[in-house]
Amino acid sequence: MLRYALLRLLGAIPTLLLVIVLAFLMVHAAPGGPFDDERVLPPEIEKNIAKAYQLDQPLPKQFFTYMSGLLRGDLGPSYRYRDHTVSELIGSAFPLSLKLGAMAMLLAVVIGVGAGTAAALRKDSLLDRMLMAFAMTGISIPVFVIAPVLVLLLAVYLQWLPAGWSGTEGGGRFILPVISLALPQIAYIARLTRASMIDVLANDFVRTARAQGLGTSAIVRFHALKPSMLPVLSYMGPAIAAILTGSVVVEEIFGIPGLGQHFVRGALNRDYTLVLGIVVFYATLVVLLNLIVDLLYGVIDPRIRQR
Amino acid sequence: MSALGRAWRRARQNRVVVISGGLLAALVVVALVGPLLSPHSYLQTDFENILAAPSFADFHLFGTDDLGRDLFVRTLLGVQVTILVALVASAVSLVIGVLYGAIAGFAGGRVDAVMMRFVDTLYALPFIFFVILLMVAFERNFFLIFVAIGAVNWLDMARIVRGQTLSLREREFVQAAQLTGVSFSRIILRHIAPNLVGVVIVYVTLTIPQAILVESFLSFLGLGIQEPQTSLGALVDAGVNQMEGASWVLLVPASLLALVLLSFNFLGDALRDVFDSRQSR
Repeated sequence: MLRYALLRLLGAIPTLLLVIVLAFLMVHAAPGGPFDDERVLPPEIEKNIAKAYQLDQPLPKQFFTYMSGLLRGDLGPSYRYRDHTVSELIGSAFPLSLKLGAMAMLLAVVIGVGAGTAAALRKDSLLDRMLMAFAMTGISIPVFVIAPVLVLLLAVYLQWLPAGWSGTEGGGRFILPVISLALPQIAYIARLTRASMIDVLANDFVRTARAQGLGTSAIVRFHALKPSMLPVLSYMGPAIAAILTGSVVVEEIFGIPGLGQHFVRGALNRDYTLVLGIVVFYATLVVLLNLIVDLLYGVIDPRIRQR
Repeated sequence: MSALGRAWRRARQNRVVVISGGLLAALVVVALVGPLLSPHSYLQTDFENILAAPSFADFHLFGTDDLGRDLFVRTLLGVQVTILVALVASAVSLVIGVLYGAIAGFAGGRVDAVMMRFVDTLYALPFIFFVILLMVAFERNFFLIFVAIGAVNWLDMARIVRGQTLSLREREFVQAAQLTGVSFSRIILRHIAPNLVGVVIVYVTLTIPQAILVESFLSFLGLGIQEPQTSLGALVDAGVNQMEGASWVLLVPASLLALVLLSFNFLGDALRDVFDSRQSR
């Protein structure tokens, strides 16, 4: 198992390197400099700015500087928020986004697996059809449509929940953002769970357990749940990426001061270093979380470990 | 091509295909014709009718936005732009995906392994962030949006085409062609490609809603289609800002976007069933 884990960890390094090189090149291939859209500056000052941000150096040298900073956790200065480094901005905004994402993921797994199992146990029933129609809707409709409609319904018309982030305190303000973020993932996970649960329940060991007089809930809990979780587990990687993407939208809609909001602001302000830093940070996060998912896969399924 | 003809006949008998396909066709026709029939244009502002509720009186069937522009015309324009971007982006991903997948599948062996390992690597990345990076680094123009979205969505297509090519390569008729000395390119064009058409059609139908999602996501954030042009995502974004006083500004484009996405997803799912049951026979 340790050998497997180390091998997977080594495999993640080229991926990360590819990400960083790609993102770095994209930003540096941009036409014009980062300060071009401001008022025209005398050439000496332009030169000094370029020097201060090391933009006068050849590209490989700049990349080397960036990489050596990166290894020390330094993502360089922000081009717009002059008083902050990119690392500071990420460090102050990320905990909130993490909290939001983790809650959404937890909700998605619990409800998605529950609904999928319920649908699988009553296959082709009315409940099954309703759940799957709901899932199809949840998959099709994007977060930025679901979230405002929920706000309109639950916050503006019914006034059950706070609509925005600022001006409210307590846990209530998390409810709508977390639900909006989780809904599409609930739908995906429910569909995956239903399909694989139906497959697993058709196995001989389930029939044996039933013949020995085990009840349905015991069969699901002790025999069917673990093997039917494998497709769900392998969906966790894409789910993490989707929740990160969704959090950008949700933070924008609810005005949550998280990393997603920084990202959008940075993108609109052409704050190259901030956007580059967040992309590198997100990509690293996704690759590492994927790695953890892979390792968990090995824990659940011994056949993978042995390879 | 007769295999395709049979599938077409089966598709027409499938209720979901007919309903969702018909709905999409009707929507496209309305989106193309509707703006011509309205007395308003998508640019014309009317400061006496700001955020007017939907009514028949001034032909503001869907009301007006915060600049008094007619939402009926703007929403239909948004449908046009959204579907156009999605179709072109899907075509881009189709070309990349089919070429990549067919080459990997037909070459086989080590080339295939390396090419597919690369696809796996890309799968693990939060691709949308690279698209945003691209939109930040370069001017936001239509062409770039097409290419960027197409470049995101080709991975599924490559995997599926590769799998299909791999199995086709082993089939008797391909081997017979090889034995009788038919050239490499002719085998791909005459024997492999026609048999890929079915799968490709199904997955293009499923790629289109993904492309719509990416485009409207970018436009929603203000990084995609720019004013005065519009798309459903940009309209939803504008609607969010007005929803407390004028809910229709949000609800009209939001429900149309939901309708388009649902129809494409149902269509793709149903088409997959049609083609799958053909293969299992």
